[in-house]
Amino acid sequence: MKKRYTTILFMVGPTAVWLFAFLLVPLLYSVAMSFATKGLYGGIEWIFYPNNYLDIFKLTYLAVALRSLRLAWDTSLVCLLISYPFAYILSKVSPKWKGLCMLLIMLPFWINGLIRLNGWANILRDTGIINHVLEYLGIIQKPLEMLYTEGAVLFGMVYAFFPFMVLPIHTSISKIDQNLLEAAQDLGANRVRTFLRVVLPLTVPGIFAGVIQVFIPSLGAFYISDIMGGGNSTYLGNLIKNQFLSARNWPLGAAFSVVLIIFTLIVMKLYTKVGSMEDMA
Amino acid sequence: MAEDEKKVIIQLENVVKFYDSNQVVKNLNLNIYEGEFITLLGPSGCGKTTTLRMIAGFEEVTQGKILLDGENVAGIPPYLRNVNTVFQSYALFPHMNLFDNVAFGLVEKRMKKAEIKEKVQEALEMVQLHGFEKRMPNQISGGQKQRIAIARALVNSPKVLLLDEPLGALDLKLRKQMQVELKHLQQKLGITFIYVTHDQEEALTMSDRIAIMNGGVMEQIGSAREIYERPRTKFVADFIGESNLMEAYITSLENDEVELTFEFGKAKARTKEFRMEEMVYISVRPEHFKCSREPVEGFSIVGIVKESIYVGATIKTTVELSNGQQIKITNFSEDEIYKDGEMVYLFWKEGKAVVLHTKEDILYDLIDDGSTAY
Repeated sequence: MKKRYTTILFMVGPTAVWLFAFLLVPLLYSVAMSFATKGLYGGIEWIFYPNNYLDIFKLTYLAVALRSLRLAWDTSLVCLLISYPFAYILSKVSPKWKGLCMLLIMLPFWINGLIRLNGWANILRDTGIINHVLEYLGIIQKPLEMLYTEGAVLFGMVYAFFPFMVLPIHTSISKIDQNLLEAAQDLGANRVRTFLRVVLPLTVPGIFAGVIQVFIPSLGAFYISDIMGGGNSTYLGNLIKNQFLSARNWPLGAAFSVVLIIFTLIVMKLYTKVGSMEDMA
Repeated sequence: MAEDEKKVIIQLENVVKFYDSNQVVKNLNLNIYEGEFITLLGPSGCGKTTTLRMIAGFEEVTQGKILLDGENVAGIPPYLRNVNTVFQSYALFPHMNLFDNVAFGLVEKRMKKAEIKEKVQEALEMVQLHGFEKRMPNQISGGQKQRIAIARALVNSPKVLLLDEPLGALDLKLRKQMQVELKHLQQKLGITFIYVTHDQEEALTMSDRIAIMNGGVMEQIGSAREIYERPRTKFVADFIGESNLMEAYITSLENDEVELTFEFGKAKARTKEFRMEEMVYISVRPEHFKCSREPVEGFSIVGIVKESIYVGATIKTTVELSNGQQIKITNFSEDEIYKDGEMVYLFWKEGKAVVLHTKEDILYDLIDDGSTAY
């Protein structure tokens, strides 16, 4: 018996220490901080102040939250609309080319996201290559305003999170037994009907997984809106970052974080319910 | 019933199928009659499943044509063909309950809801699964899935039902039971069944006719009895049951009678099919060989008993000939257990030896008559 315990300790120990030190402690610290009072010159004073959570519900903050939710929703939707056909085609590609396609999707991730986004900012800005070429060709007289718009932020988000949508959808499409598609055709369904009655319903779990994996990081991302939006509009991620770095209201920032985490957990819970539906199928 | 009275429902004319440069079906000619249970039998890779898939429309025909009820089906997609398939893996839709699975084809036909309900109930009753409408496919057993797959296909009243090794995944006992059920179902409905399997016993149990395929070629077609008793090629003789094969040459050809010469003597056969000096096999089933301790009148071959084993209903004896060939013999009586090393005289029952072609090129355009040595 004793030997078994040491084995378990040996195997689980390092992970437990890691999770405790780098997940649980910071998390609890954030929760504690969210109930503290902000210090006069930043920092915190350990005086119980639950009103941080009431401050969240200020109209300006609610507007930011709504704008963030909309952006996250739009990002998920655009990603889905691009990813589904993309993943569908990818699943039909012969195995010889599939590896290459996968590599091309993953390749940009080997370069830091900030660098890639700044690259896009350079391309899109008023003095960027697109505007230069269009002006040179005489198609436009003055530069198109592309960077620092909400559209640019959405573009940046879709660009950054698109692979997270493609992969789960691709997985769920690939998992579909080819016999099912033949069976549907055999029973009188043409390609469109086969897609609507068999393929689409069977990929719902993949769609949910993709939407979750895009929606959640979209909600908290701040650097994309910083670079592509130029700080013109604030989102939840910026708001939290600003509370810590500029406004120096750490407890309020912590309260925002806690609420965002709880919201995320609720969404995850919804997802696992869909996941268990998938197991049934 | 004479063959010309029966209506041809599917006609394969010189059907050839290539995958890239690989020819998987070679010049297949086959008439399938309305209401018959025909089995395509052969080892894996013989082209039987490809043939079935060409009829269903999942594969294009490279050359030749397939006529379904007189109409050339080239270019007609599977969803417009009036045939239905029962897949080996069942291919039930996992996200639909059993009712919706069975109703799938009827919904595609835009049938009225009340009518669909009635037909699905009927189909479920036919396969003895009424009351299972609300179950999901993962909540039923393999045998039940198989029944649902059959109901889902038959509910559409197809002209022909295609079955691709439908019992392959079931255990032996259930498989035997389903064989009988399928046969009864087919007889009751009178729908043409085209059944693909590599299991010879399954084919012999269920089929009106069996088409034996090997390497993309149909080697023989006929009833179970014809195939077993009068195999036409070495492959068929080997594939269906056991056979003792002895090489021989055609040494005389007169009218309908040929003379065969082989290592242990001469035999005669009545047949039209062979050429002078053609190499052939004489095939004798183990149960058609006879043993005797005493010399027999007429033709016999001398051999030494290697072993003689009692296996319940029968006695299996192996006899070695002077050229080293081992002959398998099945006997049915207790007093025919031989001692190892005993010398015996072998002969075959009259009319029970069969002469077989050895070359493939003769296999095209089979004519429907056996060749029997005596």
